[in-house]
Amino acid sequence: MEEKKKLGIYIHIPFCVKKCLYCDFLSDTADSDVVNRYIEALKKEIGYTALNSIDFKSQYTVKTVFFGGGTPSLMNGEVIADILDSIIERFDISKDAEITIECNPGTVTKQKLDQYKKMGINRLSIGLQSANEDELKLLGRIHDYSQFLDTYSKAREAGFDNINIDLMSAIPGQTVDSYKKTLEKIIALSPEHISAYSLIIEPDTPFYDIYGDDGVTCCDQSSCKYEKWPPLPDEDSEREMYHITKDILKAAGYYRYEISNYSLKGCECRHNISYWDGSDYLGLGVGAASFMNSVRYSNTSDIYTYMKACEKLDKLPTAEYLFDDEEDMADDPDYINMEGYHEAIQPLSKNERMEEFMFLGLRMMRGISKKEFLDRFHTQIDDIYGNVIAKLIDQKLIEGDGDILKLTERGIDVSNVVLANFLL
Amino acid sequence: MARVDQSKIRNFCIVAHIDHGKSTLADRIIEKTGLLTQREMQEQVLDNMDIERERGITIKAQTVRTVYKAKDGQEYIFNLIDTPGHVDFNYEVSRSLAACDGAILVVDAAQGIEAQTLANVYLALDHNLDVFPVINKIDLPSADPQRVIEEIEDVIGLEAQDAPLISAKNGTGIEEVLEQIVEKIPAPNGDPEAPLKALIFDSLYDSYRGVIVFCRLVDGHVERGSRIRMMATGAVCDVVEVGTFGAGQFIPCDELSAGMVGYITASIKNVKDTAVGDTITDDENPCKEALPGYKEVHSMVYCGMYPADSAKYEDLKDALAKLQLNDASLHFEPETSIALGFGFRCGFLGLLHLEIIQERLEREYNLDLVTTAPGVIYRVYKTNGEMIELTNPSNLPDPSEIDYMEEPIVNAEIMVTTEFIGAIMQLCQERRGRHISMDYMEETRVLLKYELPLNEIIYDFFDALKSRSRGYASFDYDLKGYEKSELVKLDILINKEEVDALSFIVHKDGAYERGRKMCEKLKEEIPRHLFEIPIQAAVGGKVIARETVKALRKDVLAKCYGGDITRKKKLLEKQKEGKKRMRQIGTVEVPQKAFMSVLKLDED
Repeated sequence: MEEKKKLGIYIHIPFCVKKCLYCDFLSDTADSDVVNRYIEALKKEIGYTALNSIDFKSQYTVKTVFFGGGTPSLMNGEVIADILDSIIERFDISKDAEITIECNPGTVTKQKLDQYKKMGINRLSIGLQSANEDELKLLGRIHDYSQFLDTYSKAREAGFDNINIDLMSAIPGQTVDSYKKTLEKIIALSPEHISAYSLIIEPDTPFYDIYGDDGVTCCDQSSCKYEKWPPLPDEDSEREMYHITKDILKAAGYYRYEISNYSLKGCECRHNISYWDGSDYLGLGVGAASFMNSVRYSNTSDIYTYMKACEKLDKLPTAEYLFDDEEDMADDPDYINMEGYHEAIQPLSKNERMEEFMFLGLRMMRGISKKEFLDRFHTQIDDIYGNVIAKLIDQKLIEGDGDILKLTERGIDVSNVVLANFLL
Repeated sequence: MARVDQSKIRNFCIVAHIDHGKSTLADRIIEKTGLLTQREMQEQVLDNMDIERERGITIKAQTVRTVYKAKDGQEYIFNLIDTPGHVDFNYEVSRSLAACDGAILVVDAAQGIEAQTLANVYLALDHNLDVFPVINKIDLPSADPQRVIEEIEDVIGLEAQDAPLISAKNGTGIEEVLEQIVEKIPAPNGDPEAPLKALIFDSLYDSYRGVIVFCRLVDGHVERGSRIRMMATGAVCDVVEVGTFGAGQFIPCDELSAGMVGYITASIKNVKDTAVGDTITDDENPCKEALPGYKEVHSMVYCGMYPADSAKYEDLKDALAKLQLNDASLHFEPETSIALGFGFRCGFLGLLHLEIIQERLEREYNLDLVTTAPGVIYRVYKTNGEMIELTNPSNLPDPSEIDYMEEPIVNAEIMVTTEFIGAIMQLCQERRGRHISMDYMEETRVLLKYELPLNEIIYDFFDALKSRSRGYASFDYDLKGYEKSELVKLDILINKEEVDALSFIVHKDGAYERGRKMCEKLKEEIPRHLFEIPIQAAVGGKVIARETVKALRKDVLAKCYGGDITRKKKLLEKQKEGKKRMRQIGTVEVPQKAFMSVLKLDED
């Protein structure tokens, strides 16, 4: 029997108690009517997708499930259980599947954690960002550090043995010292996984209003409507924070497997890796992105459009989708959008798949395999990227090691510049 | 058909300072004389080009013939010649004025007389035109017609007590203007039977009919089939059609005779043959002497124009050639730049003319351009006795071969309210101005006269003038001549490589300041690379200013939200796209924008 393909499932819960000041993710506060309606819509999407698009059960084994947000832990445990059950019912879930939920301190109770454990969730990703109270306040987080500690210890009590903690550097007013303290405090807790991001000032966030493109606070100007804001760390400090992250975490036994992700051996986030290694994943919920059979598409990012479309799904005739033939699919992207809530449907050409193989694969510290490139595309990597690779090796931005190509330290720092070279 | 009675013709123009309502008044006159119904009127019919409408200025002269039934019961033919409204086109203005017998002076009831008002009215008086004033914008709350009337009488010496008080915008007082046109503008009095003598005041290239010549007949008459000669250029041709001007259309007629304003087509292929200011005469029976005042127009300002996409070189060439068909004052010749590749050195009447051509190339021909810093024509006297006219700084001979250099100087008139005198004098001083005089026009306003080097005013002088006077200063100039000057070539080096497209000639006292500002500006514009990039300004191989673009240390996309790869790819694509729009200088990628940004160094 042919082996089934691996699948990751992402479920988006776009609700938060309060939106953080730096956040440009698809999330917001909402009243309970909208939340309830959204959850019902989401369940309809799950049911419809499993029944009508691909014969998932026979073709795919689900290796990872990820509840992201927003703040999924804001939902009642029963709601999450309900959603997870509807997935388990309709998909073939691998026995060793990694099932993660994102939690924010201040929204999690012991009862919820017990419920998560019971329903089969085996990994928690806790959004902390900083162990410094002032920094947490600046970011607009709803919790303090002690609430995080409470959540963390309750999670351990509940039996979770695979926990990620999200951290952030380059927070306004943050110093190398305060960041170091955060790292040390977190290491002392021995989580299995640490995600360490550098704050990026994204457009359409309050931080963007304050710091703009140039990262300079507007608070010195009379026009500033915000309370006094500290400046962002200067470039030297920011770079130092970035570099000590790796050194300090390495010394503590965490290895970096992806640009922003560190873990103990064997505790990498398998769901996250599936984004980089070209595996199929199915995104459910508003704004969720999918990659199925070499087609990328997203659900609408407008929650009302999404809910309305899902509510009509019952009434749609059963579609007869044939997903066996990749070429047919690429020719006719419309078929995915019959429900009216998919957008940005993009069947990938061979060139695009090669590009992605490179620029996604190189995010992983293990790099990419030339042989795997040949196996997938039946073309020697050097025929496509020979010049680019030679140039980047010459600039010491990537390095080769036999069959493997990977980013150097310097290459990681300026990875956007490096990876843009692989666009065809 | 009976010959047109000259006593019923009024040839006139409207002179005004920019924004005082010249074009609006022209529209009202056309509307009230019934040429167009109000519904047919587009705002300001005489300003044809988009750029003219947008900027609210007239670039090309426009002419319109209307018929007015006056209170005396007679019908009069009005030929309204709308003159260009900018100092760059002074010569064209003077030729348009020469085609008229009188002028209406429009003065803003709130702002009063401005520098251009004076310049234009003196120009009109110089051409022996009878001028009568009109006070416009009386509907403005700040209007003070009585003050303006007194000002006109005191400053210009024109009788203004019975000047029509109008609001061209609202159509108030227009009747009175029409009556005064009949009354105060003299009728032409040429001899229709004398040999043909006509003044070319504009021309236009039409792809079907060839060049259409706009002319004013002084003496004689011309009709289809006449063989005519242009007295200065010597071109001879047979007339295909003659006619008069409707609003935006040509109306053929049997003949043009003395006193009339109209057009002639004669299968002329090139506007160069029909130079503005030239005299048209009969080839077989020529007039004794040409009309006075003809001169060849020379470009005052030069710059390099390069296609942003080097593959568009031929397109740019074609576009320039097409524009030139219609614009005899545009010059261009091919040149090459190490930094920018193949392009053209183009000559213009002034900076506005340059900007207009650039905009038209970009809009009408869809070209993306990189323009180098505009410069003037320098005279370089070499030690071997030779003199060269330098239009491209890169062609400056080795300093050892140069005896001395000269630069063009202009006579500038600036009118400003007294509170800004200090600021404006300081500006003129910074620009190496030589103060000539200061005269009070009235208690609160002065006319400053300066001699200024042309290369100091072509960049951003006008903007600086406006910003330092909160918009109150107005400005006019004409070329005085050439003077010896201590000039040096300032070179810009990016990562140790000289960038020819950024070199320019500057007075030695200003070299450091300008070099420093250019380095600062380039530092802002050049993105960080993987290595450090020194930016240097040098004179004669000696570095006088330096900035450094630090090496790029970080460019990482950290988060990847819910597997949204598309967004990540877009970011990379943007990065790659950005690179395409760069110019490669050695190993450095310089955005096209950087070449342009150094043109405006005074924006703070």
